[in-house]
Amino acid sequence: MALSGLVLVLFVLGHMLGNLQIFLGADVINAYAYKLHHLLPASALWGIRLFLLGTVTVHIWTAISLTLDNRKARPQGYDVKKSLQSSYGARTMRMSGIIVLAFILFHIAHYTARVVPSMEYGDASVLSPNEVPLVKHGHAVVKEGEPIMTFNVNDMMVDGFQVWWVSAFYIIATGLLCLHLSHGFSSMFQSVGLRNTLWRKRLDCLAVLYAWVIFLGFAVIPVACLAGILKEDPSGGLPGPVAAITETLHK
Amino acid sequence: MEKTMNLTLRVWRQKNRLSVGKFETYQLSDISEDSSFLEMLDILSEQLVADGHEPVAFDHDCREGICGMCSMTINGMPHGPEQGTTACQLHMRHFHDGQTITIEPWRAKPFPVLKDLIVDRTPMDKIIQAGGFITGRAGSAVDANAMPIDKQTADYAMDAAACIGCGACVAACPNASAMLFTAAKVSHMNSLPQGKAEKDRRSLAMVTTMDGEGFGGCTNIGECEAACPKGIPLDMIAQLNRDYAVAQVKNFFQPVL
Amino acid sequence: MNLDSKIPEGPLSEKWSSHKFKMKLVNPANRRKYHVIVVGSGLAGGAAAASLAEQGYNVSCFCYQDSPRRAHSIAAQGGINAAKNYQNDGDSVQRLFYDTVKGGDYRAREANVYRLAEVSADIIDQCVAQGVPFAREYGGYLANRSFGGAQVSRTFYARGQTGQQLLLGAYSALSKQIGLGKVKMYNRHEMLDVVKVDGHAKGIIVRNMVSGEVSRHASDCVVMATGGYGNVFFLSTNAQGCNVTAAHRAYKRGAGMANPCYTQIHPTCIPVHGDKQSKLTLMSESLRNDGRVWAPMDKEAAKKIREGKLNPNDVPEEERDYFLERKYPSFGNLAPRDISSRAAKEACDDGRGVATTGLGVFLDFRDAIKRDGKHTIEERYGNLFDMYQCITGDNPYETPMMIFPAVHYTMGGLWVDYNLESTIPGMFVGGEANFSDHGANRLGASALMQGLADGYFVLPYTVGNYLGEQGVAAAGQVTTDHPAFAEVEADVKGRIDKLLTINGTESPRSFHKRLGHIMWEKCGMSRTEAGLKEAIQEIQALRKEFWGNVKVVGDADSINPELERAGRVADFLEFGEILCRDALMREESCGGHFRAEHQTDDGEAMRDDEKYAFVGVWGYEGEDAEPALHKEPLVYENIKLATRSYK
Repeated sequence: MALSGLVLVLFVLGHMLGNLQIFLGADVINAYAYKLHHLLPASALWGIRLFLLGTVTVHIWTAISLTLDNRKARPQGYDVKKSLQSSYGARTMRMSGIIVLAFILFHIAHYTARVVPSMEYGDASVLSPNEVPLVKHGHAVVKEGEPIMTFNVNDMMVDGFQVWWVSAFYIIATGLLCLHLSHGFSSMFQSVGLRNTLWRKRLDCLAVLYAWVIFLGFAVIPVACLAGILKEDPSGGLPGPVAAITETLHK
Repeated sequence: MEKTMNLTLRVWRQKNRLSVGKFETYQLSDISEDSSFLEMLDILSEQLVADGHEPVAFDHDCREGICGMCSMTINGMPHGPEQGTTACQLHMRHFHDGQTITIEPWRAKPFPVLKDLIVDRTPMDKIIQAGGFITGRAGSAVDANAMPIDKQTADYAMDAAACIGCGACVAACPNASAMLFTAAKVSHMNSLPQGKAEKDRRSLAMVTTMDGEGFGGCTNIGECEAACPKGIPLDMIAQLNRDYAVAQVKNFFQPVL
Repeated sequence: MNLDSKIPEGPLSEKWSSHKFKMKLVNPANRRKYHVIVVGSGLAGGAAAASLAEQGYNVSCFCYQDSPRRAHSIAAQGGINAAKNYQNDGDSVQRLFYDTVKGGDYRAREANVYRLAEVSADIIDQCVAQGVPFAREYGGYLANRSFGGAQVSRTFYARGQTGQQLLLGAYSALSKQIGLGKVKMYNRHEMLDVVKVDGHAKGIIVRNMVSGEVSRHASDCVVMATGGYGNVFFLSTNAQGCNVTAAHRAYKRGAGMANPCYTQIHPTCIPVHGDKQSKLTLMSESLRNDGRVWAPMDKEAAKKIREGKLNPNDVPEEERDYFLERKYPSFGNLAPRDISSRAAKEACDDGRGVATTGLGVFLDFRDAIKRDGKHTIEERYGNLFDMYQCITGDNPYETPMMIFPAVHYTMGGLWVDYNLESTIPGMFVGGEANFSDHGANRLGASALMQGLADGYFVLPYTVGNYLGEQGVAAAGQVTTDHPAFAEVEADVKGRIDKLLTINGTESPRSFHKRLGHIMWEKCGMSRTEAGLKEAIQEIQALRKEFWGNVKVVGDADSINPELERAGRVADFLEFGEILCRDALMREESCGGHFRAEHQTDDGEAMRDDEKYAFVGVWGYEGEDAEPALHKEPLVYENIKLATRSYK
């Protein structure tokens, strides 16, 4: 549980940092997405995806088996039971975990597989343009005379988050992820024994800090989209129209 | 003048291990606030006996908070509302006139109810029997000062050894886990130089026995620490986890058990 | 009754080693053929069971608690003495021996006490090896403190939980042997009688306190470590379950009961608060290192304090009677337990007592806090102050603590010879249950020492010697099929049936309380001939009433705390009379036994060495007959008898 948790804790941090690049401009986030897809061969990409999915599965499986074992350990419950000192986050790991899982499934369907009805961003009629040139240092990257086209991630995100309920779900889910992490982060160190009285206090603080950073880092994007701070950019972040530049390069 | 109070008690009554239990409600009047909680139950017992009923059976012995015998969940809290206090050291001044008090036994699969509030806690003994000892045959010891132990280590071992084995940690844990109990003994013995020789063996054997007895797993939420009348810290579970992990790794390459 | 103490010949310091050399040994391969029963799992019982199993004997160990770790040895707070002389302050085996004999008011057997002092150092080594976390200095070596009136620092301690830590040490050794299958542990089993075959103890009858089943257990010998009988006073610092049943049953089967009148009253307990109280809580004696004991000089002031009209802090210095400092200037507040207790009682008898009941004196830390600061006092006694506040609701940093003496320990017990063997051959008695080492008064931090000495270092030798003498051919020959078992078992069952069928109107607890009241009033801190005679009559009448009117609800086939209590109270009702008879017989004041007729002009105890330098041993003569007194003379070859003075 702790080891799978560690992988996921690191993953959400990386994912958040990646996403935040949207504030650096459409060209940056699109280039980031391109890099993710093309830096390694497709098989390796699938390898990483499967590894992450596997980790999630392990995390869930251990949670379920632990829960079942723990239920068995107390066949008859108390009539009256008070919580003594456990945090809300710690007591609600299952609830937050299940909702976050539901969100992950939606999130993959939404932005990775792009199959959510009326949000099939792979379809040019839904997201237009759904491909934009890859831009680096203000210039489109050209390979063998042709500009490299990449998926219009920026517009997809902005478009997606302009749907209020998507943003609401996203913010609630990241909020629950924050709650989940506020316990999970320091619990991880406890489970592998890397904690003592002094470091317990430090790690508990760090856990809360980490959870808030993750929450704010993720939640700020839909908020910015709804507030109109982040906008769609059909040029993919190029200073001028795509066609014009392409022509110039041809000359 | 001493203050007194009237109380309504909801007490778990169960004839024996096999029978089905239920709550009974009793009224008690004129309980002195200077009485201990168990003295209040004594008064209830006398009242029941006078009416020809069987008194409430509960475990208790030293009544000074050290033997670990008393074991009851009072209003949803093992040993009651006072922190760092066993039920026998809990006094009625922490309750108020007219209050309803619900008293239940420890609830855990490894702790079957034997009668009313009495449970069987021998699984905790079994955990100790598996490895909660430092082998030192009588007569074989060297001079006590032959091995200096720094004060910090000795104090830490003492903090861990303060456990009275009452089982409140198991009772408080939503998973009925015995990690804090096991961790206290492991921390006590593994941290002392005398205990190093059997360290890996001890960690593995005690955890294996604990799991085998049907206690739940630890989810690091810390209810045990708050319920512990002796203030055994959660950090000792971290030490148990660490020592167990190291022992497992060593065991993988060269079996120690 | 044969009271041959079997003290080995030779000089005192060589008795034990030469005795050990002369003892019979059992071949390691033959030890597994023997079965030893140990009753009790405290320091003496737990240590003996573990050590005998380590040697290779098969052991069955019985305790009434739900785990051997809960025996009442656990409650000892202060520490354990040992003649290690780690402090370089002049301690030695000789000095510990001398202090113990003197502290016991010259009523202990020299040879036993010397052996105790001799093995005391081994106990510390043994406990440290087991992982007992004794207090240490920064350099890593063991710390010591001076305790209970000793003038050297020889007490080892583990915070205020020394008894607990030592017991957990013995428990862990015992647990290992249980895990290995060498000890079969019977939790929640109460010994109800002993079975003799051809005059030797060969087994016991026990009741399973969960199922109610009465069962027979045969063995090659029986070790009893069943603790003291302080609960005969109803209110004491003993655990609720402590009882005299096992020892009293042994007495009724022929074991001599020695010096039952030597009961120790501990001076620093929390005063009684009301008639519903179930137990008295001890505050560690170490408090007297810094606290000053006083009572108001003026009866009127005391009355006002009792009624809550006067704050004790407002009593001016010149109106406070620091009676221990006044009467015993050289020992002051650290005067031994019996002396301090009696002084407190005197003040209260004089009408100067405090607490709502008038039964209390102050233990004041005002001056210590002024001198050393609150922080220092908190460091030293923080946990004790918290405990006091938890129980009384008063804050001892601000208002002086109140204390009153309470029954704490019983020096008397089953008579044993040098081998700790009782007058029933094959029955050994260790720890508080025997009478051997403390004479008429026990020094602080010596109970743990004695329990462990018996358990780790004496019984494993002497039990082996007995088994060796019996020969390997005799090993395991007696089984529970022997008619003696059926006979005793029938007795036990008959008694249980009788208790359940009286169906009277008064609860066992009520009888216990009434007995305790008689004992405390007439056989407590100060005893008189007239009072004791009354007490004997009252106890006899109460006993009669008990057997005619006790009401025991519930049945015999399940957990029944009322039945358990009834059985124990029935034995206390018999034993209490023997205690009073012993007190009546002993026409002197010594240690914990104070006869008002025998005191000096200034109220100090007056011993009579001419007539009473003997162990008074009571033998059972039949249900309606008075017990017979037998005497073991105490011969002092190494110590000159002197008046104990702490002035």
